[in-house]
Amino acid sequence: MVDSVFLALSVLTIGSAIVALEIRSLIYGSIALMLTLSGVAGFFLLLDAPFVAMFQLSVYVGSIAVLILFTVMLVRRELIFNKVEDKRRRYAGIVLMVVLMLGIGTIIIGSGLKTMDTNSSAVDYKKIGEDFLTYYSPALIVMALILASSIIGAMTLARREDVIDGQRAD
Amino acid sequence: MANALIDFILVSVALLAIGIYGIAVKRNAIRMLFGIEMIINSANLNLVAFSRYIPNSQGQTLALFSIAIAAAEVAVGLALVIVAYRMYRNIDIADFRSLKG
Repeated sequence: MVDSVFLALSVLTIGSAIVALEIRSLIYGSIALMLTLSGVAGFFLLLDAPFVAMFQLSVYVGSIAVLILFTVMLVRRELIFNKVEDKRRRYAGIVLMVVLMLGIGTIIIGSGLKTMDTNSSAVDYKKIGEDFLTYYSPALIVMALILASSIIGAMTLARREDVIDGQRAD
Repeated sequence: MANALIDFILVSVALLAIGIYGIAVKRNAIRMLFGIEMIINSANLNLVAFSRYIPNSQGQTLALFSIAIAAAEVAVGLALVIVAYRMYRNIDIADFRSLKG
């Protein structure tokens, strides 16, 4: 049986995910997305994975959500509140969402995962750090290179070529 | 443990379905990015949940890698949105016509 912390976290996560997609203003939407990501971090804490939870908080809530907020602020004001969408397409999307939830949900409830439970203690997070520096160190280096190259690529993409020495050409 | 594995997986399924709804319906480029974030988070939640109940540390390691790669993906995605906004003065993906094949 689920406990109350789990229930509160799931209501927070799912509710703010819906709010993030449906609220008119993109700024409030990104704040709701921040709440969703924090809710997932709470789930990680419930799953005895404090290392992943802190990583989630620092990377997602700390950097990605702030990046999204800054991008929203760069966009013209009326576009932030603008909400153009097809009514029929929206109903089709809701039907697709409900079908996905019910379909995958019934499959999972019917599967053998229901009886899966554990009494063993959680994985020690110190072991994850050790693994990162020993077995996974080549993958860690490759990941660092991917991150660096993608950030450089993002900066190159977003660069304005018509701005020279702080003065606009246009 | 008080919570079974299946509860976490059901939350992850709900998050996945909401993310797919966001990608399918929304025409705002930034809101589509929101949907992608939710899908990535549901995958991470699955990884960590299975890693707790097996129990094994590899799921958590994979989730950490996945979070880092998602950060890179969002940075590039937002840069693309800014470039497209500069070209079309709009973030409605229906207006990004010249990307059409």
